[in-house]
Amino acid sequence: MSLELQGVSQVVDGQQHIAPTDLVLEKGTMNVLLGPTSSGKTSLMRLMAGLDRPSTGRIFSSGRDVTNEPVQARNVAMVYQEFINYPGMTVFDNIASPLRLKGQSRKEVDRAVRSTAEMLKLTPVLQRKPLALSGGQQQRCALARALVKKAALVLLDEPLANLDYKLREELRVEIPRIFEQAGSIFVYATTEPEEALLLGGNTATLWEGQVTQFGPTLSVYRKPQTLTTAQVFSDPPMNFIQGKKAGDSLSLNGGASLGLRKQSAALSDATYTLGFRAHHIKLQQHEVSQPGSPPLHLQCTLVASEVTGSETFLHLRYGETTWVAVASGTHVMTQGKQVDIWLDGAHLYLFDLTGCLVACGDNAV
Amino acid sequence: MAKVQNNRAWLLVLPVLALVAFSAVIPLMTVVNYAFNDTFGNNQFFWNGLGWFEEMVRSERLHAALGRQMVFTGTILAIEVPLGIFVALNMPKKGFWASLCLVLMALPLLIPFNVVGTIWQIFCRIDIGLLGRAMTALGVDYNYTNDPLDAWVTLIIMDVWHWTSLVALLCYAGLQSIPNAYYQAARIDQASRWDIFRYIELPKMSGVLLIAVLLRFIDSFMIYTEPFVVTGGGPGNSTTFLSIDLVKMAIGQFDLGPAAAFSLMYFLVILLISWVFYTVMVARDAGETR
Amino acid sequence: MAQITLSDLAHSYVHNGAETGDFALKTLNHVWQDGGAYALLGPSGCGKTTLLNIISGLITPSRGRVLFDGVDMTESPAEKRNIAQVFQFPVVYDTMTVRENLAFPLKNRGLARAAIQARVALIAEMMGLGDILDRKARGLPADAKQKISLARGMVRESVNAILFDEPLTVIDPQLKWELRTQLKSLHRELRHTMIYVTHDQVEALTFADTVVMMHEGRVLQTGTPESLFETPAHTFVGHFIGSPGMNFLEAKIEGSRGVINGQCFPLGASYRTASGFTQIGIRPEYIQFSADEGLPVVVKHVEDVGRRRIVHAELANSPISVSVPEGQFFDNTMARVRFMPDKINIFVDDWRVQGEAL
Repeated sequence: MSLELQGVSQVVDGQQHIAPTDLVLEKGTMNVLLGPTSSGKTSLMRLMAGLDRPSTGRIFSSGRDVTNEPVQARNVAMVYQEFINYPGMTVFDNIASPLRLKGQSRKEVDRAVRSTAEMLKLTPVLQRKPLALSGGQQQRCALARALVKKAALVLLDEPLANLDYKLREELRVEIPRIFEQAGSIFVYATTEPEEALLLGGNTATLWEGQVTQFGPTLSVYRKPQTLTTAQVFSDPPMNFIQGKKAGDSLSLNGGASLGLRKQSAALSDATYTLGFRAHHIKLQQHEVSQPGSPPLHLQCTLVASEVTGSETFLHLRYGETTWVAVASGTHVMTQGKQVDIWLDGAHLYLFDLTGCLVACGDNAV
Repeated sequence: MAKVQNNRAWLLVLPVLALVAFSAVIPLMTVVNYAFNDTFGNNQFFWNGLGWFEEMVRSERLHAALGRQMVFTGTILAIEVPLGIFVALNMPKKGFWASLCLVLMALPLLIPFNVVGTIWQIFCRIDIGLLGRAMTALGVDYNYTNDPLDAWVTLIIMDVWHWTSLVALLCYAGLQSIPNAYYQAARIDQASRWDIFRYIELPKMSGVLLIAVLLRFIDSFMIYTEPFVVTGGGPGNSTTFLSIDLVKMAIGQFDLGPAAAFSLMYFLVILLISWVFYTVMVARDAGETR
Repeated sequence: MAQITLSDLAHSYVHNGAETGDFALKTLNHVWQDGGAYALLGPSGCGKTTLLNIISGLITPSRGRVLFDGVDMTESPAEKRNIAQVFQFPVVYDTMTVRENLAFPLKNRGLARAAIQARVALIAEMMGLGDILDRKARGLPADAKQKISLARGMVRESVNAILFDEPLTVIDPQLKWELRTQLKSLHRELRHTMIYVTHDQVEALTFADTVVMMHEGRVLQTGTPESLFETPAHTFVGHFIGSPGMNFLEAKIEGSRGVINGQCFPLGASYRTASGFTQIGIRPEYIQFSADEGLPVVVKHVEDVGRRRIVHAELANSPISVSVPEGQFFDNTMARVRFMPDKINIFVDDWRVQGEAL
């Protein structure tokens, strides 16, 4: 089955929660809704599930209009941020509950529960009560309940947000693989860009109730069509600086100027915003090797540095703006130090003042 | 929000609606009929317009009953709310004693109203009642059938005994929902016991407290059974509250027209006050989530 | 401000817990230097919150002593210790304005009005709360409330220590960056002793100068972020820190050579043969793919996360993950891996052993 949203919007008390949205989600795909808290992820999911009715627009399931169908009729499963299980039942009964409601035979239920439990590594704890389990296992149980139903649409609303960092990492790797086998449409809401990248599939970036871009996760990441999408889909945050374009050079609000080539040189002369990701700031010239055009060399002041082990985050000040750079290895530097950085033309983005992407480096494709 | 609803559910509500129509709506309409008409029997009615209402609004007797009612409701709220909060604050938070407290507190709430009245009526009688006898033996001049003050004190103590635990239980539930971190933070901030009550417990309890006040207000404003059983509104008219007066007027004197007008106004006043409470509560909740 | 010493500390929630298994916190000695930025890192249930609450005085330890500048404070309650604490979820006084919230701990300590005003204004400015100082705390969004909690923790000038209990849990990733930098610069300016409890390695390593890594009620390692990353004292530290964590492979050690499945590779140091279960630990970042050199691997699948690819492979039937930076060439013909010799750590029975320099 496929799920199609046509011009779906939601207005509550005169306030627009979801702007008119068109989306097509195909069978067997993982679709990530990425956006900060209260950007409309949960609202959009509730519309998809049929828990709320859209103010405008229609929703089609495999071409059939289901806009007015209640959630009970739609074969949907949902997993929440909180670990929601029946506390009085064992893990086995919890997983079995959706099947028993459907009236499946004992044998079928038993087989389905055991295979799902195996997939989610719950076999050893099947006879225990959810509250006696760790947070990770409780959420596995909730996931199993959603999966066992073989629902056509499975919605996951920040399912890993309440878990420890390491458990999150473990489940992030497992989830896409488990879901590949299941063949439903998966919709996964998260606030974390890193999570979207690990899950792969498609990503829709959300900002203030608006889907700003939808496409294969990596291509949204590599080629954000707007400044907003770029901001939503970057952690550490993307770095920006404004500059005035005249002819084939862009003079930045900090002194330096950048030589423009190809399509960017052809743009009309105006003010543009230059964007680049933290890990594309290089501290050594030889790290940016590009035949033809020399890299952009800038001098910044170090505001703070944070070591994470294999990497160092450098907070840099250039003119009026502050940037974050990620450098591999540990760099212990004193605050206020002058830092030379190099930017590779292949990793630069150019946005106009309305925030639309007008040009980008070769690597952004 | 446009929730998707299953409209068949309404079918299941139909029998209840029918029942409510017969038990509430039709009798209420009869009362409305009586309030605007005069009758001399034989089912003959004469249009009286707002006549009864005017009479009732001017009625000294009704003013006196309303005054007594206000004093009674005010007094029991002034006692039960602080006392309920105090009890809730001092109840054990968990363990065996907490369960025992909860059971003991729930007991008075489970006793039928007329039984409560009867218990206190007997308990306070000076001839056979334990309290009445004890007071007399102690040399206290106590007799609720003769002395209006004694009657009032008896009724108020009875109501406090009956209903304080409702306030306490609601507050207790509100207190239980305060995360421990709040108390820890307050200790670290060196907040005094009063500060903790004023800035943490009271704000977090205010929602349930408002419900408790509303319930106690409506209930005490309509109180009938207990004072009727204990004092019958006496001595004299000293404990004749609104509903007792209403019954006297309607059934004792068979003044159906004025009584109907009276009961409609009574109903509207309670409705109005409840609505005010409700609006305040909703506005408060909206402020919380905004 | 003070130096805080924990001496032979242990805690059990069960009365008279005799077995070591009953102890939420096993015997521990540690000194928190005055003015340091510390992180207590570990998975949930490792005892880090218990330790924090012992320092703040919300829990009295079953054994051992807590000293502030040499003065025994073990029995003093929280309000006597002059510490500040920020909790996981925002704790604000709903009916007060933001300003009153910040002033509250100062007012309770009887500070002069003018001093309170000045201090509140300063901290509010630093935390970016200046615009909403006169708003009621009720009705503010969760992240603003958490900023209030953080600011209230920071507002007292003379605290012995500021304790943070996973303070950024409710904060969006983008805002986390901002707040973490703010906390760090506040630490630099105010020089309070700060202890930051978290399960998030990135938060711990970026915030702290010294990280205390805990697991099952025990401190496994105390050290700088680099030392935890490069030379983890225990396999759990290696696994917990880094994303993905360190790879562990059973190997035989012969002097300065390691042997896996009959294949040799060089080590960065020389080791005496030890008895026990021997593993090498190597970080995904320190493994390189090669077409013709090194140990053979079978690539299972590749995750592209933008700035790098994470290759999941098998080496001698053990899973191994390799991180390939963006822009670096990698394809199916590269079926061998090389370990950077001086980045290899040797673990015997899960504890790291020190080699002799070559």
